[in-house]
Amino acid sequence: MTTHTDREYEADLHLLRERLLLMGGIVEEMIRDALTAAIERDAALAQAVIDRDREVNRAEVEIDRLCLKILALRQPAASDLRFVTFALKAVTDVERIGDLAVNVAQRASELSAEPPLPLPPAVARMAALVQTMLHQALDAFVRGDADAAGALASRDDEVDALYVEVFGRELDAMRDPAVIQRALRQIFLAKNLERLGDHIQNLAEMVIFMAQGKDVRHPHSRDPEP
Amino acid sequence: MTAPSRPVVGVAALSAGFGDRTALRDVSLALEAHAVTAIIGPSGCGKSTLLRCLNRMHELGAGAWVRGRVTLDGDDLYGPDVDAVQVRRRIGMVFQRPNPFPTLSIRDNVAAGLDLNGFARAERDDRVEAALKQAALWNEVADRLNRSALALSGGQQQRLCIARALAVEPEVLLMDEPASALDPIATARVEELIHELKDRLTLIVVTHNMQQAARISTRTAFLYMGELVEYDRTEALFTNPKERRTEDYVTGKFG
Repeated sequence: MTTHTDREYEADLHLLRERLLLMGGIVEEMIRDALTAAIERDAALAQAVIDRDREVNRAEVEIDRLCLKILALRQPAASDLRFVTFALKAVTDVERIGDLAVNVAQRASELSAEPPLPLPPAVARMAALVQTMLHQALDAFVRGDADAAGALASRDDEVDALYVEVFGRELDAMRDPAVIQRALRQIFLAKNLERLGDHIQNLAEMVIFMAQGKDVRHPHSRDPEP
Repeated sequence: MTAPSRPVVGVAALSAGFGDRTALRDVSLALEAHAVTAIIGPSGCGKSTLLRCLNRMHELGAGAWVRGRVTLDGDDLYGPDVDAVQVRRRIGMVFQRPNPFPTLSIRDNVAAGLDLNGFARAERDDRVEAALKQAALWNEVADRLNRSALALSGGQQQRLCIARALAVEPEVLLMDEPASALDPIATARVEELIHELKDRLTLIVVTHNMQQAARISTRTAFLYMGELVEYDRTEALFTNPKERRTEDYVTGKFG
């Protein structure tokens, strides 16, 4: 791997990459803890997730600042340019992933204060799936692996299908008026997981662009290549 | 795909050098009409040699040799009956350092090429004015055409040299680092001028400055050690180059 002749530039790009990975690691932990809090009815753990949102926000600001600095001072080109634009765009999705983890934690906290209502099994499957997806998306980013990132699109379809299943189950459950409020909270929780899948898929598409310079988004609504 | 523009300058299997040194190795490319083509690459990559082969300036050096073919609108520029001076009228050139004739006035500097190429004396003043306007210099010098060209600033002198090249109405204008000796404002003026001129003729610009190549050109050719490594739309070459050597050069990884 050749490195930049300008060491300071190399260090800036390295720092940006490190900050992105660190931020990805934080939201990964937040999702894991929020889901644990939901399953184990652990309000304290849920609160800990909610508190970590500030770390994510700080990381977002820091990454934006680094990207602007590199763009202004270095005028990056080719793979460097694609990496910096990836960082600028990816950071908003990662920040949203953090927000959604907070939303899951909030629902977990509310549910833990109410009488237990078992979560539909499809929620656990969604939870496992989005965690795997996020891990794989970050891994694809680290390795610049467009194929691995491309494989994530079909997994998001699985998440969407599971959400439909959860929604049906909860509707059935709501025939009993006593559980309506809790079932609604569980639907919101599942909806947050479904949205997580969308943001992770966005990340995966950006990894493909970063690695190959190929824009795979919206294949049916684009102008032909100039 | 935008309709590919008509190629105007054709380079086929071009090699060139001095004595036993090869500066350019088997380069082939088609340059589009009414476009700006930038030629980039590190020092000694052959970019100036390529430029100077296009208007038969290279052969003026001691021990210089050229093999291969260069065509302008289908005419073989190295054909046996071709007059190199005539080639240089059709393919003009502007150099890195502004080089106005020091003893001549502004007017006579622009007219110098007209006299050499046998343009009618009667048209002289009109052609001088037109060329100065095309070079975006007329407004600054209209009231002092008889003054020495050396009274102008560096940026103005460079635009004067561009006017001198334009006066003989070339089809192609070659520019060798046209802004490297200029300050940022004078550079911006020359770059703006390059944009305006491409409606009128075809421009080929050699530059060390990659950002400048990215700003001004439609297509970019990257040369390395005498070889053409990559030639593509400028946007593609700077966002997603196909060749590893191009990628390393434009990202600043020189090994």
